[in-house]
Parts: sequence; C-alpha cells; structure tokens
Amino acid sequence: MNAAPGLSGLIATVTSVLIVATVIGRVLAVRSASKTGNSTIQNLNARIDAWWIMVTFGGLALAFGKFGVIVLFAVLSFAALREFITLTRVRPEDHWALLTAFFVAVPLQYYLIAIEWYGLYSILIPVYAFAVMPMISVLRAEPKAFLERTAEAQWGLMIAVYCLSYVAALATLPIAGYEGRGVLLIGYLLLISQASDVLQYVWGKLLGRTPIAPTLSPAKTVEGCVLGIASAVALGTVFSWLTPFEPWQAAVLTLVTTTLGFMGGLVMSAIKRDRGVKDWGSVIPGHGGLLDRLDSLVFGAPVFFHMTRYWWAG
Amino acid sequence: MGSESAPMRHLIRLLAAFTAGAVVVLARLVTAVRAEWRECEPSLRPRVYFANHASHGDFALLWTVLPACLRTRTRPVAAADYWLQGPLRRFLIRQVFGAVLIDRRRDVSRVDPIDLMARALDDGASLMFFPEGTRNRTCAPLLPFKSGLYRLVRARPAVECVPVWIDNLNRVLPKGEWLPVPLLCTATFGAPITVQPAESQAAFLERARRALLDLRARTHLDARGAET
Repeated sequence: MNAAPGLSGLIATVTSVLIVATVIGRVLAVRSASKTGNSTIQNLNARIDAWWIMVTFGGLALAFGKFGVIVLFAVLSFAALREFITLTRVRPEDHWALLTAFFVAVPLQYYLIAIEWYGLYSILIPVYAFAVMPMISVLRAEPKAFLERTAEAQWGLMIAVYCLSYVAALATLPIAGYEGRGVLLIGYLLLISQASDVLQYVWGKLLGRTPIAPTLSPAKTVEGCVLGIASAVALGTVFSWLTPFEPWQAAVLTLVTTTLGFMGGLVMSAIKRDRGVKDWGSVIPGHGGLLDRLDSLVFGAPVFFHMTRYWWAG
Repeated sequence: MGSESAPMRHLIRLLAAFTAGAVVVLARLVTAVRAEWRECEPSLRPRVYFANHASHGDFALLWTVLPACLRTRTRPVAAADYWLQGPLRRFLIRQVFGAVLIDRRRDVSRVDPIDLMARALDDGASLMFFPEGTRNRTCAPLLPFKSGLYRLVRARPAVECVPVWIDNLNRVLPKGEWLPVPLLCTATFGAPITVQPAESQAAFLERARRALLDLRARTHLDARGAET
C-alpha cells in the first residue's frame, strides 16, 4: 500500500494526544477512587479507550487509501442505518423497501463513489431511492401511517448513507497539485469534526454554565459550544498543512463544518428525545451508538465536500 | 443418531461447534443483539430463562447473548414435531443447541415432558423456555401462558425462573418473510421469580406473565409502530 505522504504525521499527532488523554484519564481515576466511584471519570475513560479502537480503524482505512475508506464508510453506513431504522415507525409492510435500502442502496451508493460517478451518486438516494422505496412499500397496500413510514425510512437513508458517504467521496476529488493525497482530506475532516465534539465536551465540563438547548440536549452549553468550535477552528488552521487550503481558508472551512456539526448534533438529539432514548445504540462503549459519534458529520460532510469541490476541484 | 462411527461423531461435533459460532456471528451482524442484565446477574446455577416467542430466531438470539460459559449448559426446550422434520433442523436443534425436545401431542407421547425438563435441570443444565407454547403470530405482545412452566416449577420448586424480554426480533423477520432486515435487538433479563408454596397455577402464571410484560414496558421503544 502507498500511504499518502503526511498521513504518518497525522496519525502520530492523534496517537500522542490519545496517550496524553489516557494518562490524564487514569490519573483522574486513581485520584477519584479514594472518594466515591465517579461515573463521569469512568465514562471519560471508557470514551478514551473507545477512541483507541476508532483511531485504529480510521488509521488503517486511511492507510489503505480510497478503497479502505470506501469499505469503512460503507460498513459504518450500514450499521448507522440499522440504528436509525430501529427507531422509526416502519411496519412489516415496509420489509422489502428496507431490504432494498440495506442491501441495494448502501452497496450501490459506495460502488458509485468507487467508480467516481458523481452525477449518479449525488442523486441516487434523493431521487431514485426516494421514488423506489415507497413504490415497494405501496405494493403491500397498507395505507396506515404511509407518509410517516416512508419519510422516516428516507430520512434514515439520507442521514446514514447519503450524507455519510460524502466523507468517503472526498478521496475521489481531483485537486490540482494534491494528487494521491485525497485521503488526507478525509483525515482532516474527521480530525476537525471529532476534535470539535471532544473540545465542546471538555470545555463544557470545565466551564459550562448556560444550557444552550436544555429540551434537546441537556449536556450542551453555550460556553462549551463557543469555546469548542473556536478551539476546533484554531486546530483546523494549524493542520492546514494536511490540505490544499491556505490557513485562512482552512479556518473558514473548519468554522462552517464544525458549526454544521454542532447543528447536526442538535437535530439528531431532537430525534432521540422524541423517541425517548438517550443514545442511538451501544456499539461504542462510553459513547453510545455509531450515530452518536457520526452525528456531527452528517450535515458537515456534504457541505465540506461541496465547498472543496467547487473552489478547489472545479 | 447414535449409530455413527467414532470419526463420524467427531466430524458432527466439529460441524456443530462451527455452526454454533456461525449462529452467534450472524445474530450479532444482523441485530447487534445486546444483553441487559437488570436485577439479575449471569449465574452457573441451573435456571429457567422464560421469554416471549415471536420468531424461530428467539433461541439463537437468547443463546447468543448468554456468556460463552453459560451457553454450553443452557438448553432450549423445543417442540419435537417441528424440529425433527428434516436433517437440517434435526442437526441444529440436537447437535448445535442441544435442545430438550418435547412431544406436544400429549396423548401419544410416552415420556412426561415435565420429567424430561426436570431431569435436565438435575443434570446442571439451565433451560430456555417459551411459556406461550407456540410462536406468537398475533399483534398482542404476549399470548396466554400454557401450564408447562407451572408444572415444571412444581416439579422443581427451588429453581429460579428468569424473565427475558426479547425485543424487536419480530420486526427483523416479520411473519412470512425469509430475509432478515437488520435492526438492533435487545434481550433484557429481569428479577428471578420462584414459585410460592401454596401458589396456584393461575396466580403463578399471571405473576410470570406480568414480569415479562413489565420488562417489555421498560425496554420496548413504546407501543407505537406495529401495534397502533
């Protein structure tokens, strides 16, 4: 495999941060163990441990290049769609429409990205799946809650497959002077969006006072949000060497992407609150489901892709 | 079976172990099934796990979420008339799941099914039991219980009965479908119950049924969807 130049620097940086975080987490755990078992610190350590696994998978996928990333995100989309559809009101009459979503739409979307057919992968789900899924459902002639069922299934596809697939699609953008380094753009997007989440969490825990949306996401605060996004922008600027962007351009792109990430998190929280669940699933210890980790990418990724495509790959 | 040669028996055992592994992997891939041990810890003591029964996959799912050390000593109670049809079902139910097979036709059966189950408990096995007696193909969350569970605990009054609510499997594979749609499933283990000395059949079965419905009320993503 020919890893993109610069990838080792990114992985080394992230690994160093994780080592520091692990040490801090363990020290906090030892110091709090003398008093009562502190659930925040337990959860913090569970999250850090899970980060090791996520970084390992992400790093391996990036090292395998475009196809590594496509396979990883196809699997993530499949599992995220599973989490989303679990919370919807779909009925047994939608069975074959859902089978189509899982076993046709997901592989086809990523196949189209692999062959770089932008004209089709950018409309496959919003146009074709949008029409085909209700047509399959309607064959069972069950009108009850038809619009809700159809709309929820379509939303699941849009969020878990269409939006997320734009992360993988970044590796296919032809950018002059940036050949063979497309996966670094993915590394960069994952870095800024996940760092923004982590920094919002950390600033919120340290200085958070004012809830920003208590009815949607009680843990989010104004202080955490503003300082988290500001630190993510600083980080995105420092790491602009990974990208084809000038530092100021990287700052703007990071600001837009992480703000959309924050809003994506709120939107996904609203859905969870309505359904009466705290997390989308439980596959990632300490974090919840995959969608709990990916929610900050769902709106950010397509916009980041289109900004890059419009201004750099045009 | 039983007439095979020694190498053949080894081969069958190997195949059964491989199939068991495949069942666990497949169940996890499709449903990411998760055990929630509420008010109940895994234990090596012989127990009766009683669960709702909506799909043939219930065995496999419950079996998958048990810790590996319990899996080998937990035997489903299954209907002989269904599971002994055809070599594949026979292999699955006997070699892979090691089921206690019950003949539901009471008049023609020579052995008392309760006695078979009680002896399995005496041998140190735990049982997976579906007290509805058959798969629930209705819209109701739970069918009325058959008397089997009560007769079993009367035969072995000390045994703990652990309610297990299996959630969502009926959506993964609705009746009449053969291809599963991947959705998250959970198996929630509630507080064990034991029969009281003077408890009547109706009272005990009602208590057991209530225990399962209580678990459902707490785990099911509310009663909207398929039932509204």
